[in-house]
Amino acid sequence: MSVLVYIENRNGKFKKSTYELVSYGSRLAELLGVGLNILSIGNVADDELKSLGKYGASHVHRLAADMSLDDKSFASIISGLAAQTSAKVVVMAHNLTGKAIAPRVAIRLKAGMVSAVNGLPVLVSPFVVNKKSFSGKSLVQIEISSAIKVITLSQNTAGMVEKPSNVIVEDLPAVSIYPATRVLSTEVQSGKVLLSEADVVVSGGRGMRSPENWKPLEELAEVLGAATACSRPVSDEGWRPHHEHVGQTGKVVAPNLYFALGISGAIQHLAGISSSKVIVAVNKDPEAPIFTAADYGVIGDLQVVLPKMTEAFKKLKSGN
Amino acid sequence: MNFEFTEEQLMIQQAARDYAQRDLIEDVIERDTNSIYPAKHVKALSELGFMGMLVDPKYDGGGMDTISYVLAMEEISKVDSSVSVIMSVNNSLVCYGIENFGTEEQKEKFLKPLARGEKIGAFLLSEPEAGSDATSQRTTAEDMGDHYLLNGTKNWITNGNTAGTYLVIAQTHPEKKHKGINVLIVDRHSPGITVGPHEDKMGMRSSDTHSVMFNNVKVPKENRIGEDGFGFKFAMKTLDGGRIGIAAQALGIASGAFERAVKYSKERKAFGTEIANHQSVAFKLADMAVKIENARNLCLKAAWLKDQGKPYGYASAMAKYYAAEIAMEVTTEAVQIHGGYGYVKEYHVERLMREAKLTQIYEGTSEIQKIVISRQILNEF
Amino acid sequence: MNILVCISNVPDTTTRIKYTTDQKEVDYSGVQWIINPWDELALTRAIELKEANPALIQKITAITVGKADAEPTLRKALACGADDAIRVDASGVDSFYTASQLTNAIKDESFDLILCGIESSDFNGAAVGGMLAELLDWPSVSAVSSVNIENESVKVTREIDGGKQLMETGTPSVLIVQKGIALNPRIPSMRGIMTARTKQLKVVPAVEAAAQSHILTFAAPPQKSACKIIDAENLDELARLLHTEARVI
Repeated sequence: MSVLVYIENRNGKFKKSTYELVSYGSRLAELLGVGLNILSIGNVADDELKSLGKYGASHVHRLAADMSLDDKSFASIISGLAAQTSAKVVVMAHNLTGKAIAPRVAIRLKAGMVSAVNGLPVLVSPFVVNKKSFSGKSLVQIEISSAIKVITLSQNTAGMVEKPSNVIVEDLPAVSIYPATRVLSTEVQSGKVLLSEADVVVSGGRGMRSPENWKPLEELAEVLGAATACSRPVSDEGWRPHHEHVGQTGKVVAPNLYFALGISGAIQHLAGISSSKVIVAVNKDPEAPIFTAADYGVIGDLQVVLPKMTEAFKKLKSGN
Repeated sequence: MNFEFTEEQLMIQQAARDYAQRDLIEDVIERDTNSIYPAKHVKALSELGFMGMLVDPKYDGGGMDTISYVLAMEEISKVDSSVSVIMSVNNSLVCYGIENFGTEEQKEKFLKPLARGEKIGAFLLSEPEAGSDATSQRTTAEDMGDHYLLNGTKNWITNGNTAGTYLVIAQTHPEKKHKGINVLIVDRHSPGITVGPHEDKMGMRSSDTHSVMFNNVKVPKENRIGEDGFGFKFAMKTLDGGRIGIAAQALGIASGAFERAVKYSKERKAFGTEIANHQSVAFKLADMAVKIENARNLCLKAAWLKDQGKPYGYASAMAKYYAAEIAMEVTTEAVQIHGGYGYVKEYHVERLMREAKLTQIYEGTSEIQKIVISRQILNEF
Repeated sequence: MNILVCISNVPDTTTRIKYTTDQKEVDYSGVQWIINPWDELALTRAIELKEANPALIQKITAITVGKADAEPTLRKALACGADDAIRVDASGVDSFYTASQLTNAIKDESFDLILCGIESSDFNGAAVGGMLAELLDWPSVSAVSSVNIENESVKVTREIDGGKQLMETGTPSVLIVQKGIALNPRIPSMRGIMTARTKQLKVVPAVEAAAQSHILTFAAPPQKSACKIIDAENLDELARLLHTEARVI
């Protein structure tokens, strides 16, 4: 019996969220009193896989397959290993991959599934987890009653605990699969901090007034090593690309620090940022609802405040 | 007695609300400030069918009832009455008039493009020296055998420049007084028509209000609606229905301002608490809510009577009078609740207050409505 | 080609969520119901595709799992342009239950493409589309932000971490769609509302399916502490607080 954690890599490297997921799996396995198995698909070097040992990984299964598998094939590989390792719980990240594949894995394993779980289970027998519902307006406790469970973990909800272990890497035999869906071309954003991964997010709203005003926002983001984002009206106006839209129908983010610049704070926007650890709001309207969600607020005109703020962080970063 | 709306009525209300809150709200302040005609929105609302929503589907209309019309007018007017007045004039004056009193040929030729919103209508009754007094028309439609010759000036004409089709009220037989008046369907682009400059109004600034001058404009005889001399009766009957539209507009202005006031008073803090927690504000909200509910019920009652084919002139006069009066009161209070913010354009309520004023004036002033109401009372009792 | 659009009936996204006194259920009194925003975009895109190519796409069907009070939502889908609708007469319990009901309800129909929103704005399960695909044993593409149909080939763009991919899939397929699939949700026209009166809304009985998870309790999220206002003239203070107090930079 075991916990199976499926992890992703980007160009053969793991991200912070991967270690969080492994640490989560390790603690969950301990709670359940079972072993931990990690599945990594793609070309990842031994050293990189062994780095997972810091957070409790001991048994890593590597499938050095082409990453352009279709969802069905992914699900078949994951559920196959789950069956082989008698997994009681299969854990994936609550990201685009998790959303696409976890439901298929659940059906294959006849498992109950809960997505976007917050942190470790409240109870393991019965198996009860926390998650947000109504786009962050409500917290629910859900019991999964099936013998096998599939969960996807919300980012930044479980933290990381070091638990050094020795890692055994086991290569899985290659699979030959004819994919039902084909990738024709891939376009990757280069050089920028990914919104889904960022510790700091700098986000602009209609209060930025025009797309030309994004330059100072990007400068702030650069100083902080932050990803840039925007509110819905901004992406609807075409000032910024759709993939930057944070909110109920856009992306849900959970960074350590979220800057809401010129964002009034419509309930749909708050739904996308409510899991952020700290929210800083800048708005000229002191009554803007964003201040009810923010931890720190600055009332003022962004044209004036933004450059000064960038200066202040520059000073802090340079150690003065 | 049943106060429930049908599923369809609710769907129409929601459609109007979605359009108003999502699209119409965009640039409404700029349109108002610079008197920009809302061409894009008129087109979009035409495509959605709102411009001819009351017209029978066989004439390309939406085939909806008057209750739905009231609900839609309220939602659109919460955001922009410059748009809802275009909708009101087209639906309840021009389309209604042609559909109910026109010939089959007139409906084919004129009603269908109006119902589809491809053309917009205007209703030309007011004159420089005869606003609410329809009996003293100075504009003449001289009978020339196979056509009429139209001369005179009309004032305060909504859609005056943008309309494709005019309904013109004019005197043919001055000796017969109001029984000599006719109503003619006139192509806006007929030779001899001059449209005056855009009126720079206090409110509803982006609706297209003009004076229109007729100088020997030839109108074919077949464009007359009804019998010779039917014009006055036509105007009275049509205005009865038009009042429901304007009543619903006033209602929307009031409820739009009210919704903003409620939201604001729950956000704005003073003396350590949201101002909604101060009784002086909370009681204002209670008074506003009661007035709005009364106005809505009057509007819906008039609409219901009309849908039932019962006389509704008395009810629509009451609805129009009351809704316009409370729109003025409620918007004034909404500005007050907003304090200084209420006096600046960004918060919308000052615009709603300016719009409210017009509902007390046009399509029969509040005083005219009181004449209609009191005459009915004195006739009955 | 026939397209099925799965629709979830959800409380308006601005609804304030209340619970029953035992915190075990949501109190739905006074709630305004809407089509789940992602499903509404999926429906809009399906309608756009049909309008652009009526010869290729014969029929759009909207389906929901819900009791009779979900019918206004389906009728709105019909008013927007769906050709017919199916309601599975059951209350959803979990994603598996819903996906099972959908699978059963369409087993005798022939759809070429199924569109589902990526999640619902109420329980945010993000699972029904994928489960449905697996139960039907169909291919699926998730996080789809554009779809075009050329003959029998379905070209979609999907979002991936840090970029996007142009993909091709055949029929049948399940497309799990997100924002971008259509610009704005369709608002029903008067004509649409009128013609919806005569369109078919089929009610299908529920089948036996065991839910594998259920909600025990609801709670409001913890209240945020009051916002600390920093003087706009003293932004070094903000930097200092974020560094020393909040410890996030």
